Amino acid sequence: MHFAVLQFPGSNCDQDCVHVLANVLGQQADYLWHKEESLGNADAVIVPGGFSYGDYLRTGSIAQFSPVMKSVKAFANEGGLVLGICNGFQILCESGLLPGALVRNRSLQFRCEHVYLRVPTADSPFTSDVPEGMQLRMPIAHGEGCYFAEEQTLISLQANDQILFQYTNETGELTDEANPNGSILNIAGICNEGRNVCGMMPHPERASENVLGGNDGRLVFDSMLHYFEDKADLTQAFKVKT
Amino acid sequence: MKAKIVITPKKAVLDPQGKTVQAALEQMGHDGVKAVHVGKYLEIELEGDAESWRPKIDEACHKLLSNPVIEDYHFTIE
Repeated sequence: MHFAVLQFPGSNCDQDCVHVLANVLGQQADYLWHKEESLGNADAVIVPGGFSYGDYLRTGSIAQFSPVMKSVKAFANEGGLVLGICNGFQILCESGLLPGALVRNRSLQFRCEHVYLRVPTADSPFTSDVPEGMQLRMPIAHGEGCYFAEEQTLISLQANDQILFQYTNETGELTDEANPNGSILNIAGICNEGRNVCGMMPHPERASENVLGGNDGRLVFDSMLHYFEDKADLTQAFKVKT
Repeated sequence: MKAKIVITPKKAVLDPQGKTVQAALEQMGHDGVKAVHVGKYLEIELEGDAESWRPKIDEACHKLLSNPVIEDYHFTIE
């Protein structure tokens, strides 16, 4: 599987993503500079974390106008897999690929710590490998991760099972104390209605090797990989049949 | 000629900055501060006709300068 990892001025988790995809998962992973207009033959796009454009104006607000984002939008609208992590989540919200917005943490503090996550549904290309009931542990590192959406949006997110990650305490409860940023419904990550675009504040790429203290994050990338392989198998089977 | 744009957080959105500033004002000894909302102020220097700029500035506010999910805006051109 071929991953394109976007690079904006100020991206700083791009190398971690390429490292995990190439060296841990053994897949092809290439950097893609934001001025590029084509995604080439990428099977999936990663919008990595960082501080694109210095977080000027609002986090993620300027990056949506980079040339590469036009292709990312077209790719996503055709069903292509797109994963936005941290600043990538903010960029996907600002560019309209995901509903809602991320605002300043309730505490006004930059929060850099490990969190526990509940995965409410395995029905997505980003969570399908997560065993039912398994709680994930991953780091967060952000100042603007407080997810906000209007009530109608929240109702449809819940109705369509679009909430993929929620902050919990160590025993798996959705408590206010376990919410590091004030996100509505303890939301840490969501997907779009088509389920092919995901944004999450926690960093799976920093939790994909035991040497870094845990590999729960790998399940997100493994899910994408298996989803892609299954889809390729189906396409192949369909071709043989016809 | 300048477009003067004021962007404020929507009422429903958490505004921890506003709350912190409010607490500081109270700390200073000011009674009767009901609420503080921290937003942004932008000035855009323009040339040309004010009326023809109006819809363009409105579009820029909607698509880039503010995020309608979390912010309100208003502007004048003078």
